[in-house]
Amino acid sequence: MALYHFNLDGLKKAVSSGNLTMVDFWASWCGPCRMVAPTIEKLANQYEGKAIVGKVNTDEEPALAQALGIMNIPTVIFFKDGKEIDRKVGVMPPEAYAAVLEANL
Amino acid sequence: MKYDVIVIGGGPAGLSAAVQARVRNKSVLVVSSPTADLPVWKAERIDNYLGLPGLSGAELMERFEAHAQELGVERRTGRALNAMPMDGGFFVAVDSDVVEGNALVLASGVSQGPALPGELEHLGAGVSYCATCDGMLYRNKDVVVVGKSTHAPEEANYLHGLGCRVTYVSAKAPEGLDPAIPVVQAKRLSILGEGKVSGVEADGNTIPCDGVFLLRSAVAPTQLLPGLELDGPYIRVDRNMATNLPGVFAAGDCTGLPLQISKAVGEGLVAGLRAAEYLDHQ
Repeated sequence: MALYHFNLDGLKKAVSSGNLTMVDFWASWCGPCRMVAPTIEKLANQYEGKAIVGKVNTDEEPALAQALGIMNIPTVIFFKDGKEIDRKVGVMPPEAYAAVLEANL
Repeated sequence: MKYDVIVIGGGPAGLSAAVQARVRNKSVLVVSSPTADLPVWKAERIDNYLGLPGLSGAELMERFEAHAQELGVERRTGRALNAMPMDGGFFVAVDSDVVEGNALVLASGVSQGPALPGELEHLGAGVSYCATCDGMLYRNKDVVVVGKSTHAPEEANYLHGLGCRVTYVSAKAPEGLDPAIPVVQAKRLSILGEGKVSGVEADGNTIPCDGVFLLRSAVAPTQLLPGLELDGPYIRVDRNMATNLPGVFAAGDCTGLPLQISKAVGEGLVAGLRAAEYLDHQ
């Protein structure tokens, strides 16, 4: 299974590796987050070896969510070369996430 | 459980669609705000509904609901926040839950009104439609709850309980709000802030805040379902009440004028039948 569950250290490592990284910020009480979850899982499998795909539970990592200025969930942030390159707020169709990954492989 | 048809909206159009789909033996879930939030509920007397003149909106709705219930239509009280196509069907997020269906009927009315000045610019930057989802992100921060539904005071209480510093703004005095939450009565609202939300202007007075929770009885259709085509402020449909998205139908006030019960019931019938046919051809 290629889907990571990040805490602060894990996410730091992934981002600082410079690899293309996609992170879904979610919480269990959020219906829209649960709706996006299967899409994130699919993309994690589809892009295994090409991009790092993971999730952050904002309930368990509130400081991390705050540091990244997350104001709504779900929010999906893309990193490359150690920097944020894009973010998608709210529920998006799978293609919207895949397009960012494709454009930055 | 995966339903055949999920109807979003429990007014005349939604219940009519639900009844028709049930008559075609489809399993149906209606997702709706409390009936008391519906505009029709507040109508004192309705004289142009054929054959049943003189009933109040509440009396008519009680009959519609009893009919739907008798036929086995299931109900879920809550707000549909998002819908998305998935594996030939649809996921619909209802507050903190997710329901699944194979076809959708949108019958959410027009009670959500136009977007506030500054609302769309601040999506993802301090504007939220879901207290349950985003409340934790505003712990120990100042938030404004704009209450436009009967559920809003309850959600404001929830945010207060999480540790958000809540100010409640609405046109009328709210019922059931925690007395510890300050209330501002105002009608003209706009959302302020360069980039992120910095405050809400309420009838000329600025209330500083980090986040605004806009709690209406229904989410605007294009927020609900990205890619849905509109015709002006209304959902674009054809004579089959089909939208531009396969498997998605719409009926009632959300498709346009006249905003009348007979029209909503008629459109709901078409949408319910066509949704059932759509499923039979899958």
